[in-house]
Amino acid sequence: MPISTSAAQLVWLVPALPFGGFVVNGLLSLIPAWRGERAELTPSGRRATVSAIGVGVMLVALALSVWLATGIGGAEASITSTLGQWMTTGAFQVDWALRVDRLSVLMMLVITGVGSLIHVYSVGYMADDAGFARYFAYLNLFVGFMLMLVMGANLPVLFIGWEGVGLASYLLIGFWFGETANAVAGKKAFVVNRIGDFGLLLAMFILFTNLGSLDFDVIARQHSAMATPLITAICLFMFLGCAGKSAQLPLYVWLPDAMAGPTPVSALIHAATMVTAGIYLIVRNAALFSAAPVASLVIVLVGACTALWAASVGLKQWDIKKVLAYSTVSQLGYMFVAVGAGAYSAGMFHLVTHAFFKALLFLGAGAVIHSMHHAFHESHRHDDAQDMRNMGGLMRRMPATGTLMWIATLAIAGIPPLAGFFSKDAILSAVAERAIESPLAEASLGPVPGRVILWLAYGIALITAFMTAVYMTRLMRYTFHGRFRAGEDVETAVHDAPWLLRAPLIVLGALTLVGGWLQLPEVLPIGRPGLLAEWLAPIASASGTLLAGTGHLPHSTEFVLIAIAIAVAVGGIVTAFILLKPDVLTTRDAAPAEHGIGRILANDYFVDTAIARGLVAPVVATARKVLWRGLDLGLIHAVVVQGSGQVLRVMSSIASRAQIGFAGSYVWAITLGAVALVGIFVLRAGR
Amino acid sequence: MIREALLVSAILFSIGVLGVLTRRNALILFMCVELMLNAVNLSFIALSRLHGVQGQVFVLLVMTVAAAEAAVGLAIVISVFRHYRTVDLGRIRLLRG
Repeated sequence: MPISTSAAQLVWLVPALPFGGFVVNGLLSLIPAWRGERAELTPSGRRATVSAIGVGVMLVALALSVWLATGIGGAEASITSTLGQWMTTGAFQVDWALRVDRLSVLMMLVITGVGSLIHVYSVGYMADDAGFARYFAYLNLFVGFMLMLVMGANLPVLFIGWEGVGLASYLLIGFWFGETANAVAGKKAFVVNRIGDFGLLLAMFILFTNLGSLDFDVIARQHSAMATPLITAICLFMFLGCAGKSAQLPLYVWLPDAMAGPTPVSALIHAATMVTAGIYLIVRNAALFSAAPVASLVIVLVGACTALWAASVGLKQWDIKKVLAYSTVSQLGYMFVAVGAGAYSAGMFHLVTHAFFKALLFLGAGAVIHSMHHAFHESHRHDDAQDMRNMGGLMRRMPATGTLMWIATLAIAGIPPLAGFFSKDAILSAVAERAIESPLAEASLGPVPGRVILWLAYGIALITAFMTAVYMTRLMRYTFHGRFRAGEDVETAVHDAPWLLRAPLIVLGALTLVGGWLQLPEVLPIGRPGLLAEWLAPIASASGTLLAGTGHLPHSTEFVLIAIAIAVAVGGIVTAFILLKPDVLTTRDAAPAEHGIGRILANDYFVDTAIARGLVAPVVATARKVLWRGLDLGLIHAVVVQGSGQVLRVMSSIASRAQIGFAGSYVWAITLGAVALVGIFVLRAGR
Repeated sequence: MIREALLVSAILFSIGVLGVLTRRNALILFMCVELMLNAVNLSFIALSRLHGVQGQVFVLLVMTVAAAEAAVGLAIVISVFRHYRTVDLGRIRLLRG
């Protein structure tokens, strides 16, 4: 096939294009400072250039990814393109190698596809911002590193992308760094991610000392040379890295704060792509993880707990973006349940559909915030444009946005035939199948048998699905229905999203509608089943069989599972309609304080307070009192530095007494000394 | 002959030392130092009779250095005088510790 040779030569272009966009847009962003301009707006000519470059590189990268995907679909299982040697020490060698196979090309399509839509959306969303060029430079930088992450053929190259997306995320969370809270949120994301990265680094060190290679191929083929406890340790350390990047317990705390960034950033980085890097890492190392049932059970457990935890917090959030942030954490927990249980293609399926409907939700929320912000601005008010208590009844003013967001809401709640229903059902039935009978159910985590953990995860997943339906319906009702609570003058100033913002929403809405056809369950005769599983078979199945269930469930059982899932979703929506009373809601400023469980949930179980008091405060106090006052000031400064100076001072003040400054006496001393020396020599010679 | 020459040299040297020890005028001190140097030169020349020509070579070196030293020394004395309006070393005690 000619495509393989020509494709291998062009693979490097995919990440290189966004990097090129970063360089050009980065230089363009320096122009105002260089020329001494103080404009509030970027001039429209320059804005057009920046948009053309920023969006253009994405579209070309998307086209290349599609072309590579068609090539991969044929005979080749994978293309590896080695660009050069990176480091060689002894037998250990790392290349700058990019790998395009069915897994990475799927990720590339999501990143460049959803990424392109969000770039287009950003052109409209950020038009009024002075940092327009800087924004697109960072966004392109992110995409470049994200592509490097999923295309790296070995762990070190992946790690560069891994750290790079962390950097881009930090830069974009703190994009409006003029406000301290935003800069602090960026720093928090960076520091918490560093804890996870330490785990990933340790996993790499253990792999290197035991295998002598960090190549994904070598790891997949030779991991059986290692003992099971060693593999378990590697997997758990790797999962620590995933927990940091993909916001799982206990390292999820950075993601809600990351909403300080511009909303398209939240959609691209903190919902659709970067936070799914942990799922990708596990699927990429599926062979390793399926050889460690204990680690897999830990992943299932952590994922299930995170899903429930975050969903419950999402029930009481008022900030529209915070609801979506906790929802993202919760859905990521779902994906970890799937990949932990060895249902790698189900996990990837949910990753893809979640990228569609969560990006749609975030961009829709961005459109709402955008209009609310403008409406408040026009009526000279300084209310919170993100608080749902200040909204209500927006369906009348923004019908297009509202309708599209309802589609995404029904999808995430799990209503057929939307994408979220199929992917959630794939996960639920995979977990149930493995709980009934599989090697994983026979394994045990300490004293707890795997079967119990899997059934527990299934139960938690159902409860979470119920909560998801409730909090999403709550979001939609408070935002789009009932009466508008912030005043009539503001309401008339609210307008639906302009076409530049609306077009990406429509595309994502369409994808949300049809995304489920990627992997249909076998029992539903509406199309060819299991397309995605078939596509990922070369990557996932060989290793997945170690953890797989007995095969297919009886159709009757599967129908029961589907019925339960639909009942839970519908139940959640109905519950939200019965229990919630948007009519008694008041604006944010007039809202009464929360009490009881509501207060605990609204404050995320006081985790941030607990961390601040239990972890940060003692560290700061120790640093201040022991290390600074005690060690630095007390010991090093007072004793070592000042002390040694003092000793020299005392000694020199004694010695300087001899210097009386009278030349005559010096001469006498010299002469007497000389005479004494001569005398000694003479006396000795005479003896 | 050598004996007498060395004797003269010793006497000149002692006069120089005594001068340095007892006088306070910087110029006189300076002359006494020159006297001591020349006393040493004399003994070098006398002893070269016994030990060969190196002594005389050394005298040339000493004279050269002495000339340089005189130039520097006199310059210092002049600037000291300009500053203090005196060359009495008993009054100049800046180097007291």
